[in-house]
Amino acid sequence: MNQSSNIVEIRALNYSVSGRSIFSNLSMDIPRGQVTAVMGPSGTGKTTLLRLITRQVWPDSGSVQVGGSDIEALSRHDLYALRRRMGMLFQNGALLTDMTVYENVAFPLREHTDLPERLIRQLVLTKLQAVGLRGAIDLMPAELSGGMSRRVALARAIVMDPEILIYDEPFVGLDPISMGVILRLIRRLNDTLGLTSIVVSHDVEEISTVADLVFLLSGGTVVAQGTPQQLKSYPSEIVRQFMGGLADGPVPFHYPAPDYFGELLGRDGET
Amino acid sequence: MKVLKDPWVSLIASLKSLGDMARFLLRLVLGSPRALLRFELVSEQIYNAGALSLVIIMLSGLFVGMVLGLQGFQLLQRFGSEEALGTATAIGLVKELGPVVTALLFAGRAGTALASEIGLMRATDQLSAMEMMAVDPIQHVVVPRFLGGVIAMPLLAAIFSMIGIYGGQLIGVQIMHVDAGSFWSQMRASVGLRDISEGIVKSLIFGVACSLIAVYEGYYAEPTAEGVGRATTRTVVTSAVMTLFLDYLITAMFL
Repeated sequence: MNQSSNIVEIRALNYSVSGRSIFSNLSMDIPRGQVTAVMGPSGTGKTTLLRLITRQVWPDSGSVQVGGSDIEALSRHDLYALRRRMGMLFQNGALLTDMTVYENVAFPLREHTDLPERLIRQLVLTKLQAVGLRGAIDLMPAELSGGMSRRVALARAIVMDPEILIYDEPFVGLDPISMGVILRLIRRLNDTLGLTSIVVSHDVEEISTVADLVFLLSGGTVVAQGTPQQLKSYPSEIVRQFMGGLADGPVPFHYPAPDYFGELLGRDGET
Repeated sequence: MKVLKDPWVSLIASLKSLGDMARFLLRLVLGSPRALLRFELVSEQIYNAGALSLVIIMLSGLFVGMVLGLQGFQLLQRFGSEEALGTATAIGLVKELGPVVTALLFAGRAGTALASEIGLMRATDQLSAMEMMAVDPIQHVVVPRFLGGVIAMPLLAAIFSMIGIYGGQLIGVQIMHVDAGSFWSQMRASVGLRDISEGIVKSLIFGVACSLIAVYEGYYAEPTAEGVGRATTRTVVTSAVMTLFLDYLITAMFL
C-alpha cells in the first residue's frame, strides 16, 4: 500500500438511496496508524460510509481512495486483494452459523492460503487467545453470547493480519464488562499490530476513551472533527447536543409530525 | 389509465426479473467448474438436498405407485388387460409422475430450506462478511447449493420411480393378483430407452429450474424476517408453476 499519511481519503462524495440524499459533498481523511471514530446520530449513514469505503456500495459521485488506490477503479480481483488487507467487524459479528468458532476464525486462512493444518491451528489459537476465547474454540456461534460472538468475529477479522480494521457499532447491546473488553481490545490491537482502526459508533463516552480522532457526521456531511477533548468544547450547537446527549438542539428528537394537540383532539386525525 | 398501467408495470417487472434470473444462472454455470474442483462443498449440498429428502421421496413414491396400481388395475380390468398394469405404472412414473412429483416435493423440502438459509445468511450479514473476507459468496455459498440440487434431483426422481413401481407391483401383483410374469415382462417389453431418457431430461431440467429459483430467491431476499418468509413462499409457488409449465414443454418436445 501507498505510504502516505492518510490511509483513507474521501473527496466530494455524494450518495443517495431511492432519491434520499445520505451524503452530500462529504470529504474526510482517515490517518494511518490511529484509532479514528466516526460518530453521529442514528440514520446519518455511518454504516453506509463503511460500506462505501469497502465498496460494498457505490457512490453517486466523488472519490474514495483506500491505501492510495481509487477503489471505484479497482477490478474485482484487485478489490479482493485490497479486502484481504482489511478486516471488518460487523454489528452482530456475522459469524458463519454452520461452523464452529475454530472453523470461523480459520475460514479466511483456508480460503486464501495453503498453510498446513498445524500452522492454521496455531494462528487461530493465537488470535483467540488475544480476544480471550481460546477456551470457546469448539463452540458453535449459537452457543455464544453477543459479546463473545463479536470477540470471535474480531479474532477472525485479525487472522489475516490486516492493515485496516473496521468496526461497525461494536458496542451495541453489550453489557459494561464486554464493552470494556472490546474497548481495550480496539486500542491494544491497534497499537500492538500497528493497524489503522476505524470505529463507527454513537457511544460518545466509550469511544472518547480510545479514539485519537473523531469525525462527527450529521445531515450528510462532517460537522466537526478533532480529538475527543476538542469536540467536547467545540463551539457548535449540534456538536454540543450530540456530545452532551441533549434532546433539544438542531437535531430534532421528534420525527416530523402534524401538530400534537391538534392530532390528539382529532382535528388532523380524521384522515 | 391505472388499469392499463398496472399490468404493463408488472409485465416489465416480470420480464426484468426473468432477465436477472438468466444472468444469475449464467454466473452459476460459469462458477460451476471451479466449484466442482472443491467437491467437498458440493457433496455436502448433495447430502442436504438429496439424502435428507430421501424419506419423503420414498414414502411419496410408494403411495403414488400404490395409487397407480389401484387405479390402473380398475381401469385396465374393464378392458380385460390387467397384464398391462406393469407398463402403465412404469410409463406413468418414469416419464411423468417421477420427475414432476419429485420436483414439487423438492421445491417444498429442499428449495425452501435453500432459500431461507441463503436469505438468513444475507439478513445476518454473513454474505457481506464473506465479501469483506474477499471470498465470493456466489462461488462459496450459492454455486455448491445450486449444483447439489441439480445433481440430487435426477437421483431422487429415479428412486421415486423405482419405489413407485414397487408400490404398483405391491397392489397389482400381491393384492389384485395380476400375473407377476406378465407385469414385469410387459413392462420390460414396452418401456424403452426413449421413455427413460424423457424422464431423465425432465428431472435434470427441473433440477436446474427448482435449484435456480431457490438460490435466486434466497440470495436476493429482502434482509428481514418478513423478506425471507416471502422469498421462501415465492420459491415454492414459482418452482411449482415452472415445473408444470416446463413439463408440458418437454412432453410436447418428446412427442
